[in-house]
Amino acid sequence: MSPILVAQGVQKSFGAVTAASDVNLSFEPGAVAGLIGANGAGKTTFLNMVTGYLRPDSGSIRFDGRELTGHTPREITGFGICRSFQIPQLFHSLSVRENLLVAEGIAAAERVEEATDAVLEHFGLAQYAAQYAGLLPEGIRKLLDVAMALVARPKVLLLDEPTSGVAADEKFGIMDLVMGAVRGQGVTVLFVEHDMDIVSRYAARVVAFYDGRVIADGAPDRVLGDTEVRRYVIGEEAHAAA
Amino acid sequence: MRDRTVPALAIACAALLAAAPLAPQWLVFLLALALAKGMVVLGLVLLMRTGLVSFGQGLYFGLGAYAAALLAHRGGIADAALMIVAGAACAAAVAAVLGLLLARYREIFFAMLSLAFSMILYGALVKSSALGSTDGFNLHAKGFAGIALAAGTERRLFYAVSVVVVFAVAWLLHRYLASHWGRLSAAIRDNELRVEYLGASVYRVVYVNYVAAGALAGTGGAFAALAVGHVDPETAYWTTSGEFVFIAILGGTGNVLAPFLSAALFEGLRTVANQYAPNVWQMTLGLAMLAIIMFLPGGLWTLLRRRGAP
Repeated sequence: MSPILVAQGVQKSFGAVTAASDVNLSFEPGAVAGLIGANGAGKTTFLNMVTGYLRPDSGSIRFDGRELTGHTPREITGFGICRSFQIPQLFHSLSVRENLLVAEGIAAAERVEEATDAVLEHFGLAQYAAQYAGLLPEGIRKLLDVAMALVARPKVLLLDEPTSGVAADEKFGIMDLVMGAVRGQGVTVLFVEHDMDIVSRYAARVVAFYDGRVIADGAPDRVLGDTEVRRYVIGEEAHAAA
Repeated sequence: MRDRTVPALAIACAALLAAAPLAPQWLVFLLALALAKGMVVLGLVLLMRTGLVSFGQGLYFGLGAYAAALLAHRGGIADAALMIVAGAACAAAVAAVLGLLLARYREIFFAMLSLAFSMILYGALVKSSALGSTDGFNLHAKGFAGIALAAGTERRLFYAVSVVVVFAVAWLLHRYLASHWGRLSAAIRDNELRVEYLGASVYRVVYVNYVAAGALAGTGGAFAALAVGHVDPETAYWTTSGEFVFIAILGGTGNVLAPFLSAALFEGLRTVANQYAPNVWQMTLGLAMLAIIMFLPGGLWTLLRRRGAP
């Protein structure tokens, strides 16, 4: 099966700081991959380059054979790549239902109202439907953010720390709902995550970033057991020294 | 809460139409002006719902007024219906061109650019002796949609027409705001980035809303010109644009009825204050604005909403 998303020799610097250094990655349709790394390792920069928010200094990012570099986030969404955000990007003065109606309307769903109700039901958001998005608890904000990204029925879904800032007992619930929504639909999911329990449970593949480079890529057991990953990403030596 | 805007619009429209043959001439004049300005503010509300504040709606108000007046004065076509169409079309055409630039700007840059364009028109009108310079010129409509008007009845007829047109437009705008594009406008006000990431063009929505607001201001300008029977450069002056912003803030953006209530209140206050306190009435308005911003940031409409208004 040919990969749906391919990054080749991607470089990105912000002044003296290198955020991406010769990143080469490819993802098959339907793959679920966890992107791990310490803060500033280059995970979110990679997502931002894929979605057109940042332009790589050099290299190429191709989706379904089409070069993404130079396209706007709106165009890239139209190609079939959607994302959620580390800090949920919602429409605060609109209700939860209206947030989803906006997303469904843009996605040109045939029956916007019914489609919205189905999403509310699937994500357990029905009880919050009339609440303003700006007044929601963090876990619900995260869920709504992801639900809005899924409304466009993407081929590739990028989730930036979907469980950060959420109570430990809610994290698995959120991921179960998200994975349940994409299961069996051939959607490629890349999620940035700091919680290794989440990574090892939901990712079939793990990509570890350090200092803008990919230092390990493969099955969760292998990557999470890698010496460099344990030192630079999980920080085991630091804990041991302490 | 159930939306009762449409019945409220219908009742207000019927009440204002019933007043047309009965109300004293001064009240008809005052209401006609309030409706014309309410029309402009309706467009401003549309922009504010999109997160934009224009300090230059006087540009389109003035264009609409002058286009209507020139059609009669220079074009020899003194049909009020055509004059209104000319005012709306002229303003919409200019907004369609300027909108290509303005839709790229936000916040203070949008506000100041819109102000700058209105002042360019003001400057051109003041310098143009052919258009009456600072004095402007009078206009007189002789018919409406091909029907000749009997002397003395035209003001009441224009008022009745403006009631019908204004409330039809308010109803359409109410529907628009409840539609996908209306929600999208509010979404843009909240978070442009997310709208783009959902796949919609922010620029396109802002542009369409800007042109619509321009067309509404032009229509309002034509109605105002017909009501007053005179046009002058003040219609495009920055204080006129500021007046529209004042009325929008006074009423709030919560409902399409709000601009008309606040415009009527504004015109009523101005009329009374001009008579009884001609030297301090602007100070009174300033204090009223201060009170609104401090205690009712959502405008007077929030008072009515608390009492169960739509």
